[in-house]
Amino acid sequence: MNAQIFFEFAINVLSMGSLYALIALGLVFVFGICKLINFAYGEFITVGAYVLYFLGVFTSLPWPLVFLIGILSSVAVGYLSELVAFRPFRGRSLDALLVTSFAVSVILQRLFQLGISPRSKAVPVPAFFNMNIELFGLTTPLRNLLIIAITVVLLLILTVIMKYTVLGVAMRGASENFVTARLMGVPANLVISVAFIISGFLAGVVAIFWTARTGSAEPLMGMSPLLIGFIAVVIGGMHSLPGAVVGGYVYALIANILSLTLPTSLLSFRDAVMFAIVIAFLVLKPEGLLRGNYQEERVG
Amino acid sequence: MSNITENAPILQVTDLYVAYGPILALHGISLEVHKGELVSICGVNGAGKSTVLKAIAGVLKPRSGSIRFKGKDVTGWKPEQLHKHGMALVPEGREIFPSLTVEENLRLGAFGRYQARRFAEDLEDFFTLFPILKERYHQAGGLLSGGEQQMLAIARGLISHPDLLMMDEPSLGLSPNRVDQIFELIMELKSRGITILLVEQNAQRALEIADRAYLFSNGRVEYAGRPQDMAGKVDITSVYLGGQKGGDVE
Ligand SMILES: Nc1ncnc2c1ncn2[C@@H]1O[C@H](COP(=O)(O)OP(=O)(O)OP(=O)(O)O)[C@@H](O)[C@H]1O
Ligand SMILES: [Mg+2]
Repeated sequence: MNAQIFFEFAINVLSMGSLYALIALGLVFVFGICKLINFAYGEFITVGAYVLYFLGVFTSLPWPLVFLIGILSSVAVGYLSELVAFRPFRGRSLDALLVTSFAVSVILQRLFQLGISPRSKAVPVPAFFNMNIELFGLTTPLRNLLIIAITVVLLLILTVIMKYTVLGVAMRGASENFVTARLMGVPANLVISVAFIISGFLAGVVAIFWTARTGSAEPLMGMSPLLIGFIAVVIGGMHSLPGAVVGGYVYALIANILSLTLPTSLLSFRDAVMFAIVIAFLVLKPEGLLRGNYQEERVG
Repeated sequence: MSNITENAPILQVTDLYVAYGPILALHGISLEVHKGELVSICGVNGAGKSTVLKAIAGVLKPRSGSIRFKGKDVTGWKPEQLHKHGMALVPEGREIFPSLTVEENLRLGAFGRYQARRFAEDLEDFFTLFPILKERYHQAGGLLSGGEQQMLAIARGLISHPDLLMMDEPSLGLSPNRVDQIFELIMELKSRGITILLVEQNAQRALEIADRAYLFSNGRVEYAGRPQDMAGKVDITSVYLGGQKGGDVE
């Protein structure tokens, strides 16, 4: 393999993997604390995408402000969905919560279809995102490098928060043993809200780079990042934050290897091969690559 | 302060009913703990000892009955509120946060009532009470032995300076040496004036150090009073043998 192909491959894996890592991390933050697989997570991303569309088309706000408002709206929908939909059901069974998250997801999708449009909307992308950068003799759009850099920065910030702040330690404790954390005075509502806020924040960042790649926002667009998040989490492990990150990058690595090695005639089966690998993970390594510490106990 | 409030118990549980789903586990438990007292609860497996502690700490919601703590009706309060109000439970089975370091476990113990200055002072004190915690300060809690984890669990309860410290079977599954250590520690805490509600499988030893005792049976209070009288009234050996369980996990 010559150097140029290798660098291209590496950039592809890293940029795709960074996006996937952020997607998976947003899912796992909520799962870690609430043991809830949040099906509405995809819609947190969709909300961010629509806000980018509205601000990009109907206002002339500077891009940083557009991005900030986009992210904040994903945060808001994450926070509010917990407050309005999940909190009232928290004392019930985990199944009730799961159904609730389905319901929130479908309701938001219908709202987008009825309130905005069932068809896709073109989301403006800043010109500098697609500016070509020369690196190691190959050209790549700036957004690919941006997502890598931003992911590294976000992971560092999240690591510092989780490791060195009182709240971060409380979140880690609560995800290992929720009841005992409450016995230490960690307020249940606080850690759960914060988990949803962080999840929404990550969804907002994902929305920026997702729409930069697809160029559009549509009511059902949340389903594919949700699926990607699931797969990454199955690979990396549901019970640890580093696991989610590793899962995102490994997923991107496998997907890129498949694209590179599958003969053209089989390329349309790439997803099928991917799912076969996921099933293999579920059978052979159900806890994922990184296991983490956790209790099979639900939030009471 | 009036005479009445001074004599009022710090914890007063009245006619408490607690159920797991449709099944009642406590059938009208009443008990009280006064400031500075060490009160023991004994009883065979399944008598409802852990259930009553969990209900007092707010983990389980009582079906009926009331809990008063420090002069307030705290029935139905959340665990985090009760912790802030001065209650600490060292749960059965230790429940250390396994991937958190000893330091982080302790910091979390102080979460609701954190004061940086006091935390530093407490550490000094703890390191003399529990030398092992100093050695293992930066190690993950899950890597400690059973006895060390129990020390950590107790330290984690103490660090919030609770007005009431509840301990659920702190000697469970420990080797005889470790059990001695735990009981010495409880004596030390008692001599410092800490109010303690202790659930113990090791009834004989728990009764030796208790000011007062309750014997639970099938979710009811079978006997309440002075421990030495209790020894005469009920067959301690049967309680003791009934309460025997768990292997040595160290
Ligand atoms: N989570 C639960 N779900 C259903 N029933 C429970 C649960 N926990 C305890 N019980 C039941 O409630 C009763 C009291 O249990 P509890 O744990 O309070 O007993 P205990 O006195 O602490 O016993 P041990 O000495 O074994 O710790 C028992 O009959 C037990 O089977
Ligand atoms: Mg018990």
